[in-house]
Amino acid sequence: MKHIISPLDLSTKELDDVLSLAEEIIADPKKFAHVCDGQKLATLFYEPSTRTRLSFEAAMMNLGGNVLGFSSADSSSAAKGESVADTIRVISSYADICAMRHPKEGAPMVAAKYSTIPVINAGDGGHNHPTQTLTDLLTIKNLKGRLNNLTVGLCGDLKFGRTVHSLINALVRYENIKFVLISPEELRIPTYIREEVLDEHNIEYKEVNVLEDVMPELDLLYMTRVQKERFFNEDDYVRLKDLFILDMQKMKYAKDDMLVLHPLPRVNEISTEVDNDPRAVYFKQAQYGVYARMALIMTLLEVNRPC
Amino acid sequence: MLNISGLGNGIVIDHIKAGKAMDIYHYLKLDKATCTVAIIMNAKSNKMGHKDIIKIDGPIKENINMLAVLDDQLTINIIENGEIVIKKNPVLPTEVTNIIKCKNPRCITSIEQELPHVFKLTNKEKRIYRCIYCEEAFERQ
Repeated sequence: MKHIISPLDLSTKELDDVLSLAEEIIADPKKFAHVCDGQKLATLFYEPSTRTRLSFEAAMMNLGGNVLGFSSADSSSAAKGESVADTIRVISSYADICAMRHPKEGAPMVAAKYSTIPVINAGDGGHNHPTQTLTDLLTIKNLKGRLNNLTVGLCGDLKFGRTVHSLINALVRYENIKFVLISPEELRIPTYIREEVLDEHNIEYKEVNVLEDVMPELDLLYMTRVQKERFFNEDDYVRLKDLFILDMQKMKYAKDDMLVLHPLPRVNEISTEVDNDPRAVYFKQAQYGVYARMALIMTLLEVNRPC
Repeated sequence: MLNISGLGNGIVIDHIKAGKAMDIYHYLKLDKATCTVAIIMNAKSNKMGHKDIIKIDGPIKENINMLAVLDDQLTINIIENGEIVIKKNPVLPTEVTNIIKCKNPRCITSIEQELPHVFKLTNKEKRIYRCIYCEEAFERQ
């Protein structure tokens, strides 16, 4: 039995297998409509995340399975003070697989230690979000045709943005990846990512604070939201939230085949005028998220491909 | 240089960062020791400016390598018959449980008191320990 707590829990070989399966699903989703008949996914969401939860639920339903769970800590036994370990022991007897979102970092790892069913980390605080990474990789692979030889711009909150940290961790395993890190000084990438991931893998990167200047060199631009819930001080949030806004004026500097990705939800960091540009693929990315989760659920449940 | 000749068989923990002797004292549970324990704080040191020293006139049960997690500069001197027979820096353990605490307010350990605080050595050269749950680095003060 395997759990997915960090994006690195899948080797590049395993990751390639999941992505290949996802691409088979994209090609013919109906073929997979009953592969998980009779199986149940528990969605244990200790903090609200409509998008991720619904994406997981849609993925399981698309496979013919059922879902059960809760969508906030208030409506779970956590409100009565139950530990993650106790909750997962009980849920293990109700479901075949679970997806856990928790505001505290490491909670899904604790769950995995006590669980008898596969646990998927659906986001733990500012830490990991492996299925978002899987979604991002599937989007890039499917739309760019490769995961190597890319110059990737990461823009916005690079300090607390877990999707960014996870994506960096995943992409450094591929050849000839360069990063352009675009953020205000206060939201720069954490030192440990710089030293233990980028430097450790000899990855070329630069840190800048003007988006327009670097647009022409990017193959991908990954935009992120400055997340209010990650700040202890509201003044800092208000000061930093509007520093980078992608609009059509800035898109003029981009390559014709550059892709704009965003984990969503967006607030105002991408102007709505960009939505109609064919390079804006963030809504497609949300659709890929369902396919990626379908492939991951099948893999963890060890479900065979349909004939 | 302080005199340790009074010690027959025991341990001298030297070069402890000034002010940190009590952390070591509590980790080694020296408050429950039946042997003589001397704590010297803020002693002058050519190498460190000031340092703390603990002299223990007897054996200790705790794993002394764990002391490296609390203070990566200290040295251990094993004394037998009044002589230093072994002088060493403790070897960094690869994993430690409930020796140090995760201080990340976003870590699951901040709300679940029963969880063991487990850290792994992720960078031997820089002596970095990270919480296994949230991956926050332990910062020695």
